[in-house]
Amino acid sequence: MPVLEIKNIHKSFGATHVLKGIDFSLERGESIAIIGSSGSGKTTLLRCINFLETPNEGTIHVDGKLIFDAKDPETQKESEIRKKRLHFGMVFQSFNLFPQYTALGNVMLASELLAKERPDYKENRRQIHAEIEEKAKTILTRVGLAEKMDLYPHQLSGGQQQRVAIARALAMEPDILCFDEPTSALDPELTGEVLRVIRGLAEQKTTMIIVTHEMAFARDVADRVIFMDEGVIVEQGPSHQVIEHPQQERTKQFLSRYSEQA
Amino acid sequence: MNKITPSMLWPEVAPEWMLNAPQWLEDIFFNIFKCFIFEERYNFFLKGLGNTLLLTLFALLIGIALGVIVAFIRVTWDKNHAEMRGFGKFALGTANGISKIYLTVIRGTPVVVQILLLNFVVFAASRNKLMVGCLCFGINSGAYVAEIFRSGIQSIDVGQMEAGRSLGFSYIATMRHIILPQAFKNVLPPLCNEFIVLLKETAVVGYIGLSDLTYAANTVGGATYEYLFPLLLAAAIYLTMVIFFTHLVEKLERRLRTDER
Repeated sequence: MPVLEIKNIHKSFGATHVLKGIDFSLERGESIAIIGSSGSGKTTLLRCINFLETPNEGTIHVDGKLIFDAKDPETQKESEIRKKRLHFGMVFQSFNLFPQYTALGNVMLASELLAKERPDYKENRRQIHAEIEEKAKTILTRVGLAEKMDLYPHQLSGGQQQRVAIARALAMEPDILCFDEPTSALDPELTGEVLRVIRGLAEQKTTMIIVTHEMAFARDVADRVIFMDEGVIVEQGPSHQVIEHPQQERTKQFLSRYSEQA
Repeated sequence: MNKITPSMLWPEVAPEWMLNAPQWLEDIFFNIFKCFIFEERYNFFLKGLGNTLLLTLFALLIGIALGVIVAFIRVTWDKNHAEMRGFGKFALGTANGISKIYLTVIRGTPVVVQILLLNFVVFAASRNKLMVGCLCFGINSGAYVAEIFRSGIQSIDVGQMEAGRSLGFSYIATMRHIILPQAFKNVLPPLCNEFIVLLKETAVVGYIGLSDLTYAANTVGGATYEYLFPLLLAAAIYLTMVIFFTHLVEKLERRLRTDER
């Protein structure tokens, strides 16, 4: 059974029809790359999956359970959405770290707030806190930031900030980790460290959706590639096949523009 | 029986060297004696200063509380009303409407008119002028603080809210733990400005007969026919307080800034 199933997602902003019926599904442990030119709707699709935008039409299933139906307001209740969001982790293009917290604080904050809602929080406060801190430190070490835990975001390079953001998303143990152009705001020499971390996650079979402009990265890391253009999925398939031997004319055009630039 | 006047007492209480000073200097000493020491007139100023500080403090607290609430309502409505429905939308919409009227009326009328209305109409039965004053300046200040906080909240990148929400925070929790702490840092300078304005604005409380610093200076001036010295002293005290509080806020700003560029 697919962990994520998206059916017929439509989204308009005013008169602009951004997504025109998107269907795809994702297996557990699979990573999928979404490519396409700017304005093709990739980011909007990711934001719809994360409930940052509300689709006008369509359904979203996680583990076979309906979590969003545009026709059913019951699935869009604020209190419900909060819990459903925890299925997904989001890594933003511009990191969006919390500037008033250290790297460690950024990773721990969400778990701590969630722990406060546990009935046994008051009695086991110390222990819970220690557990959360332990876990956050482990994750930060995993993304190679063991030395930088106590620094504030502004004291970190862009690449380090993005790795903290990945750690922050991982700390909530989401079913699906979403990346929205994770390296687009970085200097070319800093993209490598972030891509290495994502590659490591892929090797550990983390379920991921990656919106990216890095074609070589998409080809090597993702199991499957989706090419979007003008709000529809034009082509999808195994990553090597789509990027090296695209079938559709629009995919060919898009990829040839990229190889010209490179 | 003749009343004792300052000039009768002066030759007895003044030290020798003051009396021997040049005439213009002796006049200054005499006026200081007359305005501040004779009949313990400094007590007027002390009491007035106390009232001014009390008014400012409570007005500031009321103002910040009101301001945060109103700003929160306005921002929440602006951001979420498109997706809301049902009773929640109605309640928030009503609160937003009331907030808007509050801002318009309070910022559109002079504070003197507001305090006169509050004292002679709304609380006509009350003798507690300090309470009336605190309430009036608090309500007045709240309108300005609300707009300061609104701009502060809106100056925070939307990505911060999205990051918070994507981690499963509720709207309120994101506001509390992520947005407001950052916004507070941004609004400190305008908030300090509002505080300074408020401190001096309380001078109009004399209109309802509450003895603040300005009122005290005026009273002493009226009693002695000497306005220069009492008013100068009042001005000097205001100035000192403003400089002192500005310095405090600057220190606070520097401390809060350690975790940011």
